[in-house]
Amino acid sequence: MCGAPEQTQELPPGTDLSKHTVLTGTVRTAGEPVGGAFVRLLDGTGEFTAEVVTSASGQFRFFAAPGNWTIRALHQSGTGEAPVTADGPGLFPVDVTLA
Amino acid sequence: MSREDVLVTPDWAEQNLDTKGIVFVEVDEDTTAYDKGHIPGAVKLDWKTDLQDPVIRDFVDKGAFEKLLSDKGISNDDTVVLYGGNNNWFAAYAYWYFKLYGHRDVKLLDGGRKKWELDGRTQNTDVVSRPSTSYTAQEPDTSIRAFRQEVIDAIGSKNLVDVRAPDEFSGKIMAPAHLPQEQAQRPGHIPSALNVPWSKAANEDGTFKSDDDLRALYGAAGLDESKATIAYCRIGERSSHTWFALHELLGYSDVKNYDGSWTEYGSLVGAPIELGSKA
Repeated sequence: MCGAPEQTQELPPGTDLSKHTVLTGTVRTAGEPVGGAFVRLLDGTGEFTAEVVTSASGQFRFFAAPGNWTIRALHQSGTGEAPVTADGPGLFPVDVTLA
Repeated sequence: MSREDVLVTPDWAEQNLDTKGIVFVEVDEDTTAYDKGHIPGAVKLDWKTDLQDPVIRDFVDKGAFEKLLSDKGISNDDTVVLYGGNNNWFAAYAYWYFKLYGHRDVKLLDGGRKKWELDGRTQNTDVVSRPSTSYTAQEPDTSIRAFRQEVIDAIGSKNLVDVRAPDEFSGKIMAPAHLPQEQAQRPGHIPSALNVPWSKAANEDGTFKSDDDLRALYGAAGLDESKATIAYCRIGERSSHTWFALHELLGYSDVKNYDGSWTEYGSLVGAPIELGSKA
């Protein structure tokens, strides 16, 4: 299904980090996690790839492919973005601060 | 038909929350979104349990659609304003679905839940119940719904618009990047399809781009306005968004949504598939 699953730090059962590339992190403003923020995954050319909404504790995750990505977050309280490079399968942490 | 007839602004919506004859309907796959807060007075539809047959992969039939709308308190004369999460993917799907069953006056809320939330507009968790109605649907309008053989026949003759992300189009991945990649069918795209990701039709806040920008977008991608068009994605909801842009906003006359989309096409024995991105 195309609906974003609930965003948690725990990965869905069966996620094989030797095969999957997972980008995950927390959206914060002034150090505090921001739930309900819209997090957009942009590819190396800045094109939109996917979007999720952060959990109550500000978490998000994407199943991506290896490459250069930008995580962009939108919220009523501000926007922010952070780059992340995935050089292969595995778990790649990336946090975003809103301003 | 103009943009104002099919797409309403959040300001318009806010001014019409209590207007008689206007029903706001939130459509999500995840109805917990609605339960955590919704536009005041809006009723909810579950994309999966309300709009899909529980056994056969198809829509609910006319009788079930009539019962659904009757139970929700929607009458034939109501103006239905649809909105939802995921940049209105499922709301656009429901819009197309309401049109398929002949609802006269249906509109999308521009930007859906996202824009509404980013604007900080009012939501509440009130339980909404409307008196039931006696809704009558039309026979399905298949002039806006494409089936598999029609899609195969359209290769090289009609515009085929694949609205998935470039990596899905090329065959690198099987599903959007926020989902586990567990599908078993073949990757790739329908030969001769253009790749215009749905997201190019929308702004960052989920609102649709201007008609001029949309026309330029599809023109630059090689869409031939003199030909019929079929849009598809993975399960038919993102392509509903593009169908809305092409058919409702730009007014192109013969545009169909292929709701079987890649999960059907990419599983057909012998159907031609192309891999890789286009120049």
